[in-house]
Formats: sequence, C-alpha cells, structure tokens
Amino acid sequence: MNRPGSLAVTGKWLSALGVRRFGLSFVALVLILAVVFWLRPNVASYNGLRLLLNLSPVLVFTALAQMFIMTASDVDLGIGTFVGLVDCIAAGLLNDYPMPAVAMLIACPIAYALMGALIHLRQLPSIVVTLGASFVWLGLALMVLPVPGGTVPAALTALVRLRPPGVPIAIVLDAVPMLLAYIVLNKLSYGVVLRGIGGSLSAVERSGRSTLRARMTLYGLAGICGLGAGLCLAAITTTGDANVGRGLTLVSIGAVVIGGGEFVGGIVSPIGTVFGALVMQLSGSLLSFASVPPAWQYSIQGAILLAILALRIVSCRGKSA
Amino acid sequence: MTKQSGAEREVGNTSLLVLSGVSKSFGPVEALRSVNLQLTRGELLGLIGHNGAGKSTLMNVLMGVVLPDSGSLSIDGMTITGDNHPSRAHALGIRCVFQELSLCPNLSATENTLMVHPSLGGFGWKKRTQKLIQDVLADIFPGNRIDVGSPIDELSIGERQMIEIARAFTESDSPAKIVILDEPTSSLDATAAEQLLQFMRRATNGGLACILITHKLNEVLNHTERIVVMKDAGVVADAPAATLSRNRLFQLMGAVAQEATAPSGAPVDGVRRIEITGQNASHALHVQAGEVIGLAGLGGHGQKETLRRIYRAARNRNDKSCVVTGEAAYVSGDRQREGVFPLWSIALNISIASIRRLAHLGFVNAAEETTLSENWRQKIGIRSSSVGQSILALSGGNRQKVLVARAFATTSEIILFDDPTRGVDIGTKRELYEQIRTAAGAGRTFLWYTTENDELFLCDRVYVFHEHNVVDVIDRADLTEGRLIRASFEG
Repeated sequence: MNRPGSLAVTGKWLSALGVRRFGLSFVALVLILAVVFWLRPNVASYNGLRLLLNLSPVLVFTALAQMFIMTASDVDLGIGTFVGLVDCIAAGLLNDYPMPAVAMLIACPIAYALMGALIHLRQLPSIVVTLGASFVWLGLALMVLPVPGGTVPAALTALVRLRPPGVPIAIVLDAVPMLLAYIVLNKLSYGVVLRGIGGSLSAVERSGRSTLRARMTLYGLAGICGLGAGLCLAAITTTGDANVGRGLTLVSIGAVVIGGGEFVGGIVSPIGTVFGALVMQLSGSLLSFASVPPAWQYSIQGAILLAILALRIVSCRGKSA
Repeated sequence: MTKQSGAEREVGNTSLLVLSGVSKSFGPVEALRSVNLQLTRGELLGLIGHNGAGKSTLMNVLMGVVLPDSGSLSIDGMTITGDNHPSRAHALGIRCVFQELSLCPNLSATENTLMVHPSLGGFGWKKRTQKLIQDVLADIFPGNRIDVGSPIDELSIGERQMIEIARAFTESDSPAKIVILDEPTSSLDATAAEQLLQFMRRATNGGLACILITHKLNEVLNHTERIVVMKDAGVVADAPAATLSRNRLFQLMGAVAQEATAPSGAPVDGVRRIEITGQNASHALHVQAGEVIGLAGLGGHGQKETLRRIYRAARNRNDKSCVVTGEAAYVSGDRQREGVFPLWSIALNISIASIRRLAHLGFVNAAEETTLSENWRQKIGIRSSSVGQSILALSGGNRQKVLVARAFATTSEIILFDDPTRGVDIGTKRELYEQIRTAAGAGRTFLWYTTENDELFLCDRVYVFHEHNVVDVIDRADLTEGRLIRASFEG
C-alpha cells in the first residue's frame, strides 16, 4: 500500500487489467517464445511469426468460447466438434449453396444460446448436455461433409492470407477477439451480470436481473467464438473435416485454466485465455524446434503444461488465502 | 392462535407499508400465519423472535423472493397483487440486507452495486457506481478502509457485511423507501455496529423507514421506536419500544404454554457414554446411557460442532478432552445436503450405515439387507408401499424418518441428532418423539440439537450454548422457556 506514487498507479492499472490472474500465462508465453527465438533465430521475423502462429486463431477462438461457458461455472465438452461442424459447413456448403450455408452458420450460435437456456431452465449439468450435444454436432458435420475435403470460398482463404504491414494476420486474428471479449466481460456494464452468475446465481437473482438471459448470452457468445474458430480452421486448412476439432475441446479448457480461469466462481480472464491458448499451441512447436524425438513430444508437452498449471494453482491459492 | 397487536396505532396517510393477513406455508410447515404489519415513514422498527419464527420468510415476501399464499401487501399506497419480483420490489423502494450475504464473491463492491442499479449502466458506469457506493460507505462507516475495487472474496467478513449494508442504502433511479436489515451487526465489530445504528437513526429522520431484525435485544430496545415480536410464524406483540423491557421480550418470545409431553423417565444405568471436559468444569458435558440430552441456544453457536466432535471422537479416540464410549450415529436435519442419497431406494438409504455388518467377505447379502430395511421401515412407520421405492417418492417428513431409521438400524449406542425435525410436520414429529423415548428406554443415548424449544422439554437435561460455550445446564425439572431464552441470548 505504501508504494511510491508512479509504481502504485502502474500497479493499480495492472490489477485493473487483472494481471494477477493472467500474469503466469504471460510469463510462460514469453519464456516459450524466447526459447523458440533462441533455437531458431529466423522465426523472430514477419514470415517466421506468420508461419509459427498460422493455426493459432483456431485455438484462440475455441479457448474464448470455452471461457464464456466457464464464466457461468459450466464446462463445454462439445466445443471441439462444434468447431468441426462449422468447418464442414464452410468447406462443404458455403461455396456451392451460399444462402443456405450462411443461414446454417447463423443458426449455429443461436443453437448454442438455446442449449444454454435448456441447461438453465432444466437445471441440467452442463457437462452432460454439452457432451450429448457434441455427438449432435459431429453427426450434423458428417451429414454435411461425409468425407474430409470440400472447397472453401476464396474470399475466406484470402482473408487469412492477408499480409498486413508489420503484424502477421494471425496475430490480428488473435488480438481482435481477445480485445472484444475483454470489453464484453470487463468493460461493458452487462459484463458484470455475465460474470456475476458464475459467482452466485442466487445473488444475481435477488438483485432482480434475469439469470436466464445472462446464461443464454454467455452461451451465445461461446457459439459466436466457435463460429469464428470453425471459419478460421476452414480458411487456414482449406478443407473440411468433421473429426478435426475433437482434440480442441480439452486443449481449450487447459488454455482457460492456464490463463487464470477457474472452473467455478465466474473467474476468467480473456487476456489470459488467449495467452494460455498460445502457450498450448507453441509448447508443441517448441519441442519440435528443440529436435525432441516425436515419440517423446506429447509426454514432454504434457509435463510442461502440468508444471505451468501447478504453478498457476499454487500462485492463485496464495493470493486468495 | 395469533394475538392481535395490543397497542392501537394511528394509521395516517404516512403509512408506507401495510401487510394484512399474510400467510405462507412451505409444504406442511407454516412459515407465516396471518401476519399483520404496518410501517410509517421515518420509522425504525425492531423485529425479533427465536429461530424459525418467520422473520426471514417475512423479509423474503417483502423482497418479492417468496410469494405469499394469501393476504395483501401494499407499499406506499400501491397494492402488490400476484406476481411480485425482486426488481419490482426494488423499484418500489424496498432494499434488503440479507443475513447470508447476497453479494457475488467474484465481483467487486462497485460491480455488486451496479448489479442492483441497472440504470447506472452504459459508458462510464464504473466511475459513477464507484462514487455512489464509496459515498454511502463513507456516510455510514466513516473512516472505513474498504477497497471497493477488490473482489468480495478477498475482503474480510466484516467488510463484506459493510458493503452489503451500504449497497442497500444506495439510490439511483428509484429512491429507497424501506430498508430491511437482517442481523446486520452479526459480523460487525462494536464500532461499526454503533456507526450503523446511528446512521439508521439519521436515515429514518430523513424519512426512510427501516426494519431491524436482530437477536441482540439491546439494539432494538435502545435504538428502535417500535418492536414487533414474532413467534411460531405469527406476530405476538407489536408495541412501542419504550413500553417494553428485556424481561418482557423474553416472555413474549417464549410465552406459550408448553404441551405436557415429558418422557417417562429414561432409566439411567450408570454407564458413562460421553465425557467432555472443558475449561470450565462446571459446564462440562457428561452423558450416561439411556439419557436424552438437549443442546439448545441460537443457531450457529457451537451445537453442531459439538455433535461433530463427538462423532469424530467415537470413531477415533484421539481427542483427550472428549471421551466417547460406544459407537455413534449421526442424523442430520439438512436432508438434502448431508442425509439423503437421492438416486437410491429407501432400502439402500436405510442400510448404508449398517453395511459393514451386512457384508460377508466383502459381499452384501441382499436378502438380509432388505429384511433389515423392511424391519425398520415398519418400526419407524415410513409411509411407503415397499422399501424398494425411490426415496424421492417420499415426503420430506418421511425422508427424515428414513434417516432416523438409518441411525436406529445400526448398533450404535449413541445417536446424534442435528435438528432432525427441521421442516417436519407435527404428526411425524410426534411419531419420532415416541421412537426416541422407546429407544432411550432400551438404553440408547441421544444428543439432540434442536432449534425448537418445545422439543427440549422432551430431554432429560439441556445444555444451552452461547458463542461456542455451554452457558447453562438445566435439568428437566427446572426447565422453563424463560430460562432457556435468557441463557441463549445473554450467555
């Protein structure tokens, strides 16, 4: 409390951003990037970063989707296959049947909001409902595109191949949703209600706010982020594959938790989530740059993530005590 | 049953709140019985009563959280019919300070304030809201050092309560007209409590009306103008504070002729079952076989902790100052959270505590299990066609009987009752009392924490708790409701 003026102001500013929450993910990201740059100096260039982060917007969008669900103290086990469904619609239908495909894409987030309403009104566990929904998304994706392939509209692929001056497009696609999510949850007054329902549903109800509307909004926002992830995935890979998104689900949960999010209590950090997603993404690249034998990569990547998570949990426990 | 208020009061056009004949039942339990209450502008009303007297339900009715079954409610001349809702009550100027705080722990004081003031939203909400709550906090608790930007769960319980209180006095689009405070000083230190009581004086002088619900009689006697006493879901007294005294309040809270349901004198065979030696030797706990011992006092003053300590001591005998001879079984009144296995049948719910006795080489004999459960279903009188039914098919009272049957089916010599008749209708209660008497006659020992004073008259001896200490030990012959209430409130 007795810090000198300028430091205190900076401290206040930092804590307003929630740095204490996402600080660890930021440090981990910087460390991983430093090691990557040290191993492969030419990665630290426009083209190097462009290739390194090429796929990152997919995981960033997915992690943000998961974060919105976790804001309500829920967990989404279906977001990965949902991203796969969007990917299949974009690759299988968008080029040949633009109008129906666009209608389907718009319906996707709405379906998510309705799923939130179902969970809220019937007081169902989100894990069960989203796990069930994951099979629905997968089934629909296989109906749209039974075998991997399809054609992604040129406009979409052109977007991710843009080369804005100075900053690779992947960083733009990571930063923009991060800022939007931060504004929605931490700057808008309605964000208070959105975070509130994760903290105490009954307290929000007692203050006369609609908890149903808040739950539906969070699920709808998750659906929009899932839509973004699927479109990025289709554009970057230029193919559709119903099964491609399955691995994303658990990685997205890891990203939220590394970024300072909690499973219950409405405690999440949009900035941390994005850093967490990048950590998840880059820890794999790091090991291949370090010439770790492929057979060992998964185990070592797992060990790195476990270490970060352990640090995160220890550091947050110290603060709340 | 309800006595009409003795003192006749003028009801002028300054009447802010009129409740007439408001009743509410939760299943078989009557929470409010034809309650009449009036409040005028600028009045500071004290509301007292024992646990479960209906104060909290009354507050929830005013707040729009609970809808009354009958009766009418009018606020500032507007009659509230049908669907009341928290946001509507808020718009009408009703504010509540809840006992179990109603703040979101992950949000800051500022954000929690915004929650109840949607009109402050939009660009620049943080500055506006922060100023609002900070000003009110400084007004009520001058010199407080609360950081309104920190999440609530990083603040102390006292600071949280201060925020909860201050939030109720904040105003945005609709002015606050009636502020109801439920035990607002329970977590405040003496200075802050005094600051609050003085602020309430100032606020009511400015035209606001306040209802202060408290267990601290000095607060109502010294700071309020009128006191309403509730007992057993009804209003039993409504009089100016100046005409009341401490003793009179004690009388009013407990002055209902007790039913003569004294037990038939359980045999005491001299076997010592529980021995707690405390710092204060005269108030240590000694229990012998066949005794029914009541634990009394206001809720949350250490009764549950004592029961749990005894339960732990019965399982592993490491507690030197708590010696328990024999096995213990625990029956909780919080059925939902710590009693019932909702997905299991009645039979499984009964047999779970006896499972070790029923198991042979790790396998449970299903036939024996069913026989045991069926046996106890009949003995306890659980109303169901068979023990194979789901426990969810039973009413609350019958579910509680299942938990009692679970304890009785064990070989435990000691049964620990944690307010087991909470929310149970009177018929079922009587049956349970009968079972307790029979079991005690057969040598079982009961430790019975109850929030209902009537049940204490069924006990051989009563220990009264206050702030985690036993403050009085009363034999049945000497037990009076006055002595009980005095000990519970004064320590």
